[in-house]
Amino acid sequence: MSEILVLVDHLDGEVKKVTFELLTLARRFGDAAAVWIGPGYEGAKDKLAEYGAAKVYVAADEELTSYVVAPKAEVLAQLAREKSAAAVLVSATAEGKEVAGRLAIKLDTGVLTDVVDVADDFTGEHSIFGGAIVAHAKVKSGMPIIAVRPNAIAVEASQSSPAEEQVSVTLSDAAKSAKIVERVVQEKGERPDLTEAAIVVSGGRGVGGADNFSIIEGLADSLGAAVGASRAATDAGWYPHQFQVGQTGKTVSPQLYIAVGISGAIQHRAGMQTSKTIVAINKDSEAPIFDLVDFGIVGDLFQVAPQLTEEVNKRK
Amino acid sequence: MNIVVCVKQVPDTESPRKLKSDDKTLDRGAADGVINELDEYAIEEALQIRDAQGGEVTVLTMGPGKALDSIRKALAMGVDKAVHLIDDALVGSDALQTSYAIQQVLGKTGFDLVILGSESTDARTGVLAAMLAERLGVPQLSQANKVEIDGSAIKIQRQTDYGFDRVEASLPAVVSVVEKINEPRYPSFKGIMAAKKKPVESLSAADADIDAGKVGLANAATEVVDFAEAPPRAQGQIVKDEGDGGTKIAEYLASKKFV
Ligand SMILES: Cc1cc2nc3c(=O)[nH]c(=O)nc-3n(C[C@H](O)[C@H](O)[C@H](O)COP(=O)(O)OP(=O)(O)OC[C@H]3O[C@@H](n4cnc5c(N)ncnc54)[C@H](O)[C@@H]3O)c2cc1C
Ligand SMILES: Cc1cc2nc3c(=O)[nH]c(=O)nc-3n(C[C@H](O)[C@H](O)[C@H](O)COP(=O)(O)OP(=O)(O)OC[C@H]3O[C@@H](n4cnc5c(N)ncnc54)[C@H](O)[C@@H]3O)c2cc1C
Repeated sequence: MSEILVLVDHLDGEVKKVTFELLTLARRFGDAAAVWIGPGYEGAKDKLAEYGAAKVYVAADEELTSYVVAPKAEVLAQLAREKSAAAVLVSATAEGKEVAGRLAIKLDTGVLTDVVDVADDFTGEHSIFGGAIVAHAKVKSGMPIIAVRPNAIAVEASQSSPAEEQVSVTLSDAAKSAKIVERVVQEKGERPDLTEAAIVVSGGRGVGGADNFSIIEGLADSLGAAVGASRAATDAGWYPHQFQVGQTGKTVSPQLYIAVGISGAIQHRAGMQTSKTIVAINKDSEAPIFDLVDFGIVGDLFQVAPQLTEEVNKRK
Repeated sequence: MNIVVCVKQVPDTESPRKLKSDDKTLDRGAADGVINELDEYAIEEALQIRDAQGGEVTVLTMGPGKALDSIRKALAMGVDKAVHLIDDALVGSDALQTSYAIQQVLGKTGFDLVILGSESTDARTGVLAAMLAERLGVPQLSQANKVEIDGSAIKIQRQTDYGFDRVEASLPAVVSVVEKINEPRYPSFKGIMAAKKKPVESLSAADADIDAGKVGLANAATEVVDFAEAPPRAQGQIVKDEGDGGTKIAEYLASKKFV
């Protein structure tokens, strides 16, 4: 069977859920071949087996994660050629898409980004213009490189015992031209990643200040959710920009999205419209967010949100 | 310093965005064209670097005649000159081809620094900066929320999901910016008047040594097969808070097995 290369998305050995989604997807088309780049593999190998990796290519050299993006594309390009892979799957995160872009140039082939599903002949389904249009696109010739949006594919476990193959790559000078001299990890506590979370609770201008975001965090924690924010909230400095949901922030597609004190501007909707279930708390019954909701409460968030948190905690 | 800013004209997100039914490309006539928002941050960063280091800023746009409006705005913000790559042969180019076309234009303009937005608001592929860096063989300094230049040394903070990376490289380089890097200026009246006299060079594909057989819809590596409007969401249940709004939501969430 032909191999589908899956770039493992991990931070120092902690594997992101999207990797299991990609492995699940890859199994539909052939042998799921996980590509591990950087340190930390030993602690993660069982997880890759649990989700059905038929093979794992391990490129553990620390040098590969010491430069911006380019080394990952060189590892993938080498493997894609050597193994005559049928396709390459990466996660459609900012970095995943950049890897895909560089790889496409190396292999002179097309890249599909932000794909939410893949059909038999590697036709990708895209949800575009903030979810208003569903389009199908494919790579006409050459090896398809597909960046798949986190949370789009339902994971299925399937135990395997993957063969391991160590990979060594001699990096080009160009790949070593942007050196990462320090990595600054900002505390996000125990919360799940915003783009991966099954539940996201977002706060907007209505929250009224940085301190009040503890209301949003409290609700999120009761549900085991990630915290997001509207641009009004990140612009005001109430919450860091990497948590912004929307057109110029993250695109999220959780099972449940709760918008608190967010009006639902089109640029915000562009980042959350494809959430499966949407709930909103807003004191203005005319707020456009209510056009999207499955369930909405017209009310003061300072009353409603803490009550909800308490109720959820009670029911646990 | 020779700084080139890549600017894409995109349909305004406030107006309806459509694909054309015949060739399945973006219907650029259907919506108002505006500068891709992040590209305004790219322009602002270029202007700040120029003002600190000296040199010249060129705006580079590949797009139809209408894109001239975006070029004018960039010039009004303070950019020195413009290169407009315009040719019917380029219509429908995908990301692979667009990066090739821009690379060819950069071959004409030369550059010490190329600055892009990290993502457009229409196609949102977010691949162009990486593709260009790969093609040009220069450092990829993407997702920057801070840029510092000292002689030929350049440092950025690369925004990541977990925080940021500090990255170092030397010029020439490709930079892409995220939103929180600066606050783009508005064109002043004086700037708008001055823009009218600034040079705009119009290049055809041939002028830029672009092989017409490598670009455009027919030669694209990717192909849109079909598209349709997403089904509208069903109208939900909206309840006014009577003091039990939080409880009501909890009940709803329980009925959906979220709690
Ligand atoms: C090019 C461009 C890109 C953009 N990108 C993004 C993006 O990526 N993400 C994004 O979010 N926005 C983005 N925006 C901004 C967007 O247009 C809106 O301005 C923004 O989303 C508004 O945020 P908000 O809903 O929090 O604030 P507002 O629109 O001010 O809404 C606040 C809401 O809170 C409600 N409220 C106030 N107090 C209470 C209370 N006590 N209880 C309950 N409800 C209350 C109000 O009724 C109101 O509906 C972009 C804009 C542009 C032009
Ligand atoms: C809805 C939609 C989906 C698409 N999906 C794909 C896809 O999956 N794969 C694919 O290969 N193509 C795709 N395309 C085609 C894509 O629009 C073009 O390839 C485009 O040239 C580059 O994509 P981008 O705007 O997403 O670039 P991005 O990488 O998102 O843009 C980043 C930056 O590149 C610069 N830039 C981009 N375009 C130009 C330009 N014309 N002139 C000057 N600077 C520019 C700007 O600084 C911009 O901020 C899609 C198009 C549409 C309308």
